[in-house]
Amino acid sequence: MSMTTTSEAHTAHAEEHHELGFIRTYIFSTDHKMIARQFLFTALLFLLLGGALAVLIRWQLGFPGQPLPGGGILPETMAPGGIILPEFYNSLVTMHATFMVFFALMPLMAGVFGNLLIPLQIGADDMAFPRLNMASFWITPVAGFMMLASFFVEGGAAGAGWTSYAPLSASGEWTGVYLGQQLWLASLIVLGFSSITGAINYVCTVINMRAPGMTWFRIPLATWSLFITAWLLLLAIPILTGGLILLLFDQTIGTAFFRPEGSGEPLLWQHIFWFFGHPEVYILILPAMGFVSEVIACRSRKPIFGYHSMVVALVSIAFLGWVVWGHHMFQSGMNPLLGMTFVVTTVVIAVPSAIKTFNWMGTLWRGDIHYDTPLLHAVSFVALFIIGGLSGIFMASAPVDIYIHDTYFIVAHLHYVLVGGSLFGIFAGITFWYPKMFGRMMNEGLGKVHWALSFIFYNLAFFPMHNLGVQGMMRRIYDPNQYEYLQSLQPTNTFISINVFLFAAVQAIFAFNFLWSLKKGKVAGNNPWKSNTLLWTTPSPPPHGNFPEMPIVYRGPYEYSSPEVEEDYYPQDRPPPLSSSGGHTVEVPNPEPVPGD
Amino acid sequence: MNFSWLLPETVSTFGPALDDLYYVILWITGIVFFATEITLVVFMVKYRHREGRKAEYIHGSNKAEVIWTVIPFVIVMGLAFYSKALWDEIRDPDRIPPDSFPINVMASQFEWNATYAGADGQFGTSDDFVSRNVLHIPVDRPVVVYLEAEDVIHSFFLPDFRVKQDAVPGMMIPVWFQATRTGEFTLACAELCGLGHYTMDGRVVVDSEADFQSWLDSQQAEEDSD
Repeated sequence: MSMTTTSEAHTAHAEEHHELGFIRTYIFSTDHKMIARQFLFTALLFLLLGGALAVLIRWQLGFPGQPLPGGGILPETMAPGGIILPEFYNSLVTMHATFMVFFALMPLMAGVFGNLLIPLQIGADDMAFPRLNMASFWITPVAGFMMLASFFVEGGAAGAGWTSYAPLSASGEWTGVYLGQQLWLASLIVLGFSSITGAINYVCTVINMRAPGMTWFRIPLATWSLFITAWLLLLAIPILTGGLILLLFDQTIGTAFFRPEGSGEPLLWQHIFWFFGHPEVYILILPAMGFVSEVIACRSRKPIFGYHSMVVALVSIAFLGWVVWGHHMFQSGMNPLLGMTFVVTTVVIAVPSAIKTFNWMGTLWRGDIHYDTPLLHAVSFVALFIIGGLSGIFMASAPVDIYIHDTYFIVAHLHYVLVGGSLFGIFAGITFWYPKMFGRMMNEGLGKVHWALSFIFYNLAFFPMHNLGVQGMMRRIYDPNQYEYLQSLQPTNTFISINVFLFAAVQAIFAFNFLWSLKKGKVAGNNPWKSNTLLWTTPSPPPHGNFPEMPIVYRGPYEYSSPEVEEDYYPQDRPPPLSSSGGHTVEVPNPEPVPGD
Repeated sequence: MNFSWLLPETVSTFGPALDDLYYVILWITGIVFFATEITLVVFMVKYRHREGRKAEYIHGSNKAEVIWTVIPFVIVMGLAFYSKALWDEIRDPDRIPPDSFPINVMASQFEWNATYAGADGQFGTSDDFVSRNVLHIPVDRPVVVYLEAEDVIHSFFLPDFRVKQDAVPGMMIPVWFQATRTGEFTLACAELCGLGHYTMDGRVVVDSEADFQSWLDSQQAEEDSD
């Protein structure tokens, strides 16, 4: 990151803020923008790690039993002679998902963009609780270290799947993994506090610290989605944490909450896990929906289509997300008479998802679409989210789910939502807000090449997984060739693996562009995208305290191509011309915003 | 390479109905997929930036919102009720055919043990016998498998029969199905159950009624001679 711009910013505001030392500026910072950048670098590293684990998984599936090229690096306990062991494979699928969900996507969504966008988009000088915010970040590397360490303990890392179904996860006797599973549980318990403290901060900041005139329905959709996500985190994470603690007790002190000996109930774990787990899915996708709304409106220079219905759809997805968990359990042995309840709630959730999709398309309709990298990623999000949404209908139908449950159809579906959806949404977000974070633009040419190759290899890798599922290939299988009926699918598996490798390789372009642009990118200026939100009225990067003076908000965030002004944008804080309507009233929800630190 | 969306042949009585439901969803989602993706591409091309043209200042349309709320709602609710009928037929415990041939299946790391009641038709008696990893069943007769697990959760997956049911320790879950032709089919484990999960393949052998009786008799004889 650019040291000069940050220190300049500090000098400029020396009269309001004491000059902070290196440690308080870069390490134990309470500035929400620095915390966002810390989350960004940490989460991208975990994304890289999760990706490396995926490559190992795909090596085994594409070239089963063959030694990894240069695989001698891995210890004997994982891959002797470069050949991946079945127990290591189980750890790979578990840890790939764990790192991606908890250490890459969640911090990227809530940690990075929650921190960066919320105060800047609502016109606050920082978060409501800056020190709590700092704690929220510093919990992440601690939990991440615990999770990483589990690879190197006796028995290896947890291998019971990221869903950790009991009793497999409840006792080391079934997997040979004792300490690894306990570290997995402990790490996620610790990490939960990061999410909870972050979420409290987001909720309080949005409710209390909006600038004068920033009414609820003038809040940009990115902040709306992060606000809703914060509520989900606040309510869902404690449920997971409770379950994890019980499971840790089962593992360590011989309780039997989920172990049938001693009358425990294995299905109770699944109910707890998915009661958290389905809201979790929305934690991973709602923020991306917000970023995409922001980017599509701005880059097609058009008001977002149906702003109110976008907000209502977000809120209804968040509510419905609490009553659909049973669709993960149709084949679990849950009373089949409950099936219909969960079929209905699950298909209903397709409605707000459809509303959002049609509204994005409505925004593009008759727009003035600029093909910038963020826009290309955002439109890809829409295109791929459609696939992920439609494939979900197959599983929502309980009878069809009998056949496709626990097959590669599910793997395809969830990767269309979490990679095609969340990750492309994150790419849209990073490329769009990078100039605000670092003061420089990312390279547009490299950005487009990265986007195009990612989009192609992504689809070649993940779309055929649907077909594997349709042919009945189970997930989490070390060697599908063990089953005669799956042997004919080996060429498809090899094809998928090669495309996963290519998809992974082209991320190097993104990494290069990201790092190169920190120093060499074109200087961005305040508002390179000609966007309306308050965020873009600040210098890039914004100084400590964000706004030189309290902004006043006069209108919604999506007044693009308004006939009232010459340009095709109309920033939220630009005063209306006096002649236009005589007496504009400015709604002031909180005339005295709470100062930050 | 296999990029097929067609399901493999099915050999159970409810298999074709389940496949029909799959194809109905495939058609609906397929049409929506092509319609939306093509529209997206058309919009991208048609409304791309050109000098001197401003986007239209449109905030939305209540009529459009109502249309694209109501139509998806009607379609998915239709699918939900279609699904319910089939789900009840397959899974309602009261609708297990009463004359089903019973087999107890105990899943464990990493094998399937099928217990047959023997000549007296009663489980837990001395003439019970166990078949390991091979499930013999009669053709054209409903079979009910009482599914249990000894250690961890497994999943009893018969892809050709469109049958999948988790086996949960501490529970006994009935699963019924009826084969429509003779032959040998796959019994797979679909739930990660530990180190040897991927090796947990078994067979379902569907016999003609006569072959099935002689298999039962031969197993019985073996059991008696022990």
